Amino acid sequence: MSKKATSTIEKKDAAPIGSSFAQAQINADLTKGERIDLYRKMLRIRRFEERSLRAYQGKKIGGFLHLYIGQEAVAVGCCSLMGKNDHVITAYRDHGHAIAVGMDTKALMAELYGKVTGCSKGKGGSMHYFAPSLNYWGGHGIVGGQIPLGTGLAYALKYRGLKGASMAFMGDGAVNQGAVHEAYNLAALWDLPVIFVVENNGYSMGTSQDRSSAGPGLAQRAEAYGMNWGTCFGHDIYEVRATMDKFLKLARDESKPSVVEIDTYRYRGHSVADPDKTYRTRDEIEEYRRTKDPIQVFQQKLIAEGVLTDVFVEQIDTEAKAEADLAADFAEASPFPTTDDIQKDVYWESDHPDRRTSKGRLFFD
Amino acid sequence: MAVLTYREAIRAALSEELARDENVVLMGEEVAQFHGAYKVSEGLLEKFGPKRIVDTPISEAGFIGMGVGASMLGIRPVMELMFWSFYSVAFDQILNNAANVRYMSGGLINCPIVIRGPANGGTNVGATHSHTPENVLANHPGIKVVVPATAADAKGLLKSAIRDNDPVMFLENTILYGEKGEVSADPELLIPLGLADVKRQGIDLTIVTYGRCVLHSLAAAEILENDHDISVEVIDLRTIRPLDIDTVLASVKKTHRVLIVEEQKPFASVGSQLAFMIQREAFDDLDGPIHRLATIDAPAIYSPPVETEQLPNPQRVLKAALAAVA
Ligand SMILES: Cc1ncc(C[n+]2csc(CCOP(=O)(O)OP(=O)(O)O)c2C)c(N)n1
Ligand SMILES: [Mg+2]
Repeated sequence: MSKKATSTIEKKDAAPIGSSFAQAQINADLTKGERIDLYRKMLRIRRFEERSLRAYQGKKIGGFLHLYIGQEAVAVGCCSLMGKNDHVITAYRDHGHAIAVGMDTKALMAELYGKVTGCSKGKGGSMHYFAPSLNYWGGHGIVGGQIPLGTGLAYALKYRGLKGASMAFMGDGAVNQGAVHEAYNLAALWDLPVIFVVENNGYSMGTSQDRSSAGPGLAQRAEAYGMNWGTCFGHDIYEVRATMDKFLKLARDESKPSVVEIDTYRYRGHSVADPDKTYRTRDEIEEYRRTKDPIQVFQQKLIAEGVLTDVFVEQIDTEAKAEADLAADFAEASPFPTTDDIQKDVYWESDHPDRRTSKGRLFFD
Repeated sequence: MAVLTYREAIRAALSEELARDENVVLMGEEVAQFHGAYKVSEGLLEKFGPKRIVDTPISEAGFIGMGVGASMLGIRPVMELMFWSFYSVAFDQILNNAANVRYMSGGLINCPIVIRGPANGGTNVGATHSHTPENVLANHPGIKVVVPATAADAKGLLKSAIRDNDPVMFLENTILYGEKGEVSADPELLIPLGLADVKRQGIDLTIVTYGRCVLHSLAAAEILENDHDISVEVIDLRTIRPLDIDTVLASVKKTHRVLIVEEQKPFASVGSQLAFMIQREAFDDLDGPIHRLATIDAPAIYSPPVETEQLPNPQRVLKAALAAVA
């Protein structure tokens, strides 16, 4: 995992559970209800994905299924800070962010099933979720490819004089793509309000960070571009929020980009059909589950705070499971697209024939 | 002869060439410790060690470009793209550097690199992971393009590609990796690039195809023979550039009817070039227009049952063949 280095914003030690991050203003201000909502969202992601895994094993879902299980505090923490002009874009491990920004799990599950009621009408699949109305710009399958886009969202905000920020998420493997470095340079050069969020789960497929990335740390590469950077313990949603809040303010108020590396962990294989114990030990996975599970960690905090009770925990879980089952039932009952749908949504003009202005053939056979 | 899967045949070619020439190296994402995302390179790290079998970071432009540079100085890199779909990240390195360096140096520099990996749809991985760029690649003089359909062809062609002094783009298929076939164990049995193979003889219709569509075409040809009394000749191009047009023309002379079947978007596809050449060079042999069955013209749809219909499949080939002989 990452060798710790000192952030340019704040000197910090790796944060243990029960740290002072709960007292950070952004967290201290949370109402009881808001705290419960954060917890509920993480659990809804977990149960949704567990249900989708069962559907995958039952051959209801094709292609890849990259689960976010273990990383929930990152997406929920970051997205809970979104204001009306804040935007999110991520890679193919995109279910958590989708639920975190508020997408409907029925449409998300239906997309996995390839149904026409899916969020992309069955055209995108697991890796390609989008919800522009919720400032969620996907869902991208090419490692690192979304990072210039996220930079472009920030450019658009600044250009239009809007006070907001773009959060561009990537994995620890994506930091070695040229496009990521080109985006870093542009963001720093033009002071774009973007936060490059590296979700460092220790591995890109079967390759550990040590075997793929040179240098002292992933976020620290920001220094080469004169950008601010920070690291954070991503198993504690309070810490995620407290850390990201600072960088978001820097982006919104001063239009300054930064790189934030968040330590996290995935429990499942890279995609669920991939082997997951050839490059790491079962013990390592179990250790994370036992001591750092973001949902457990937060649950304990909320119980200690007197916000949650065992009974309430049980109730939230029952509801989350029921929601996931409902989503699966909805997906199951929905129709597939038809072959006529294949050529819809390709061009705006062909979907709006009465407003077409170009001439000539658009499609070929 | 032994029965090998397409995957094992590629592995055998790699293994034999790695053993034969110490300048051959295999590089790519997850090729070594993970044994390859599609297990093509399983066991090679153990056999040849980490100097010859190298895991790279996810930086296609970086490592493909590095391979091009190394090939200019005597290395024979075989670079694995986890999916050919990711070639777009390394586009500049392939098309500006690998394809042009010999030409721009007036022939002073050779670039004996092989870039290989799967390029196919049909696995419900969505539009970003389902590209079939053989037409785009073949559009660039200086580059060679190979798309094997069977295990034996995969082995013999990959060996030729590795020994070739030009940059060779080798396009495999994740769905074919498990297909079995008879494969020679002779380490000197090479299949030359640029030689088509008549996979089935026939007299009524020529199907020109390559890659997985060869299998679809053979399946359809069987039905056409049995149920419709139509005798189909199936030509597997095997190599797109150099292109064995002579085998195609000889068949057209015999059958007078042509159907091109390709897992390609239709516009400016490999089939477009073929159709031009056939009408130009065999116009008088044709009894009707050249027909073509391609991928339905849209980005690859995810939805599993619909993707099957977007791509050529035996039923679609059958229908297209009946139209071509009507
Ligand atoms: C350009 C490109 N190269 C390779 C891949 C195949 N691939 C998909 S995910 C992945 C690993 C990425 O790891 P990381 O960035 O750490 O993200 P994580 O999966 O851990 O969330 C690889 C190699 C791809 N999708 N795109
Ligand atoms: Mg990772």
